[in-house]
Amino acid sequence: MAKKAFVALVLVLAASYGLHAQQVTYDRIVRAAEEPQNWLTYSGGYFSQRYSTLKQIDTTNVKNLEIKWILPNQVFGAWQASPLIVDGIMYLTMRPNDILAVDAKTGRVFWQYRYNNSPDQRVCCGSNNRGVAILGDTLYMATLDAHLVAVDAKNGKPLWNVEVGDPKVGYSMTLSPLVVKDKVIVGVGGGEYGIRGYLTAHDARTGKELWRTYTIPGPGEKGHDSWRGEDWTHGGGSIWVTGSYDPGLNLTYWGVGNPGPDWTPAQRPGDNLYTDSVIALDPDSGAIKWHYQFTPNDGYDYDSVQVAVLADIDFRGAPTKAMLWANRNGFFYVLDRTTGKFLSATPFVKVNWASGHDANGRPIQTPQPAGMPTYPGNQGGTNWFSPSYSPRTGLFYVSAWLDYASIYRRQDVQYQPGRTYAGAFPITRTPVPGAPAPGIGRARPINNWTDAVAHGAVLAIDPKTGQQKWRFDQFDVTESGNLSTAGDLLFTGGREGYFYALDARTGSLLWKSTVGGQIVNGPITYAIDGKQYVAMISGNSLIVYGLRE
Amino acid sequence: MYSAVWVARVTAAAVACLVVSLGVRAGAQQNPQEHPGQYSQADVEAGSRLYSAQCQLCHGLTGDQVAGIDLRRGQFRRANSDEDLARVIATGVPGTAMPPFALQPPEINSVIAFIRAGFDPAGTAVKVGNAARGRQLFEGKGTCTSCHRVNGRGPRVAPDLSDVGAARSPGSLQRSLLDPSSQMMPINRPVRIVTKDGKTIAGRRLNEDTFTVQVIDEQERLVSIDKSTIKSMTVETRSTMPAFAGKLTDEEISDVIAYLLTLRG
Repeated sequence: MAKKAFVALVLVLAASYGLHAQQVTYDRIVRAAEEPQNWLTYSGGYFSQRYSTLKQIDTTNVKNLEIKWILPNQVFGAWQASPLIVDGIMYLTMRPNDILAVDAKTGRVFWQYRYNNSPDQRVCCGSNNRGVAILGDTLYMATLDAHLVAVDAKNGKPLWNVEVGDPKVGYSMTLSPLVVKDKVIVGVGGGEYGIRGYLTAHDARTGKELWRTYTIPGPGEKGHDSWRGEDWTHGGGSIWVTGSYDPGLNLTYWGVGNPGPDWTPAQRPGDNLYTDSVIALDPDSGAIKWHYQFTPNDGYDYDSVQVAVLADIDFRGAPTKAMLWANRNGFFYVLDRTTGKFLSATPFVKVNWASGHDANGRPIQTPQPAGMPTYPGNQGGTNWFSPSYSPRTGLFYVSAWLDYASIYRRQDVQYQPGRTYAGAFPITRTPVPGAPAPGIGRARPINNWTDAVAHGAVLAIDPKTGQQKWRFDQFDVTESGNLSTAGDLLFTGGREGYFYALDARTGSLLWKSTVGGQIVNGPITYAIDGKQYVAMISGNSLIVYGLRE
Repeated sequence: MYSAVWVARVTAAAVACLVVSLGVRAGAQQNPQEHPGQYSQADVEAGSRLYSAQCQLCHGLTGDQVAGIDLRRGQFRRANSDEDLARVIATGVPGTAMPPFALQPPEINSVIAFIRAGFDPAGTAVKVGNAARGRQLFEGKGTCTSCHRVNGRGPRVAPDLSDVGAARSPGSLQRSLLDPSSQMMPINRPVRIVTKDGKTIAGRRLNEDTFTVQVIDEQERLVSIDKSTIKSMTVETRSTMPAFAGKLTDEEISDVIAYLLTLRG
């Protein structure tokens, strides 16, 4: 009798210990692919493929999806967040810097944390926040006034708050942080305000800054000679999209933004490292191990603030630890992520600012005559929104802007703290003088610019060749992220209020839902009690779909 | 009645006027045929110098220092057309602080040019005529009311012009009259759709996306069409509005512009 009771007690204790051990550990994030029912980090896993092995929803039954629940946002404006799912709980951010804990099965809210933003904060392009990170029972959010805050995941109470930058001189943060081992890594925005950009790593328990690596090298630092005189002090180099990590190589990869001032390259001669580059850092020390620059001395605002997608592929017959990158500058790159070696670059949209690359991967720039259009235009062939890579199809999926150009006008500008330091805004090439430009995001139901100015598409690119396997055209441009699954589905949206499920192999349209609002960023998928769900944000609503029963 | 300060200011201004006008006169004679219906660049520049010397004292750097008047934005109290402005400048407004200015006609012309250019010394200044005559042309010889609607009267097929004076600059209005296609918003292009079951829908496009297109048709009906039902769709890049260069004189066009500028919704 006693023995039975003892065994029962041990079992009960073991079960409750098991519940405590459900905390998100670094190891769980490394192995995120083994728990596809969850979504533990911004891009789904450290390789940032935004791919799920869930296949309950597939090409045969996706037409049976129905809305399971909707969570409306009370704050208007582009909602760029990507949620996390941890064991049935969704963690989500809302403008400007709120965090919600939501029951992912029913959409009911457990708690809401509201951050008090500083009135000094300034942002170029919207009060955006792309989501939280989690480690243990702590959520991490980067704020518009450049603070990193830690909030308890169970009760929404703030734990600590550290300053990462000074908002009065244009530093802000909009990205979702990246947890690596026992550290939280964030980057700063403000590339239009004459900042000197950097990445910082913080102790996950206390918030203490452990290292800071500037994206613009200072005197004595490698790459400093790519700047003249004092230009580096306001060199830009923001980082506002979450990086990737290879635990085997112990390298973390981040895309760096435009130089400052944006559109006047003659005002800052030199390559302007590490703007418009990918940098690979040792996450323990912050040391830059290698870099590759996509656009030296950029005059087009071709920020390389894209997600670094890591994939192990066969490239030209050799197994390669690759990095796949559809850059804002209109080229699709394959790099060796061990060394940064340039492997290939292929245009994925019309490009005329460069004619190609030399053997080392340096672009051969072909600036257009004054008053003539440059392809791609200022917002790029693609931008910050999430691409996806499916190991099943071997295809890289990206939302692109086609037939889109800008006319750039060069105008010197002076630095003033807190004011924009960018130069003369480029004019989108439109067929009618004064016709509206497609701009950033879409807040109105009428498309005034039309496909005469630009149109969107999802491109499926074979990284081995750079060729497009298929293309799904849209009338308006698109800022949607992409999600691919083992059900051979590609989920995507656009600006027009349609949410699509495409066949990931062929691009054919299998299902669409008229949700009405602009979809700006990435859908995710998860499962609870053996049922798969897809979550996306359209306009001011987060909508979760599941199969009709 | 007038303060000593004011008298001193006007006297100083008059003296300055004499000095400046000697320089201004030389520059004011430019070829008016280069840009019909527009003031010359030289006029605009000359006007900006005269304005600083004579008018800025009271009207301010951006023309809005006198209550109810915003010269830069074309908001006046007692003037509408260029003729009206010339009269106000030359004769003043008795009983107010606006004195008469002894300026030569080309000098007055140049100040008006500067005002019509929106205070931009490098801007385009379009001639603005008589609004009453413009209305007659709009409703008569110009046949504008056969397509356009104003304040509840007229067809809805073409864009409604009830607030066009608040939305568009004189330069943009002139371009619409001389070369309508050059000012047509891409979304508003004429469309002609033939459906698979043989219906034809023609009209002005209002909106479009990947799967549907929205039109106001020739019978003023709002129609949303699913693209999967369409056999052919033609989107014209030329407007159906006729170009009025040659149909109306430069003076008549400037009168129509004056009338359109009064339409502020």
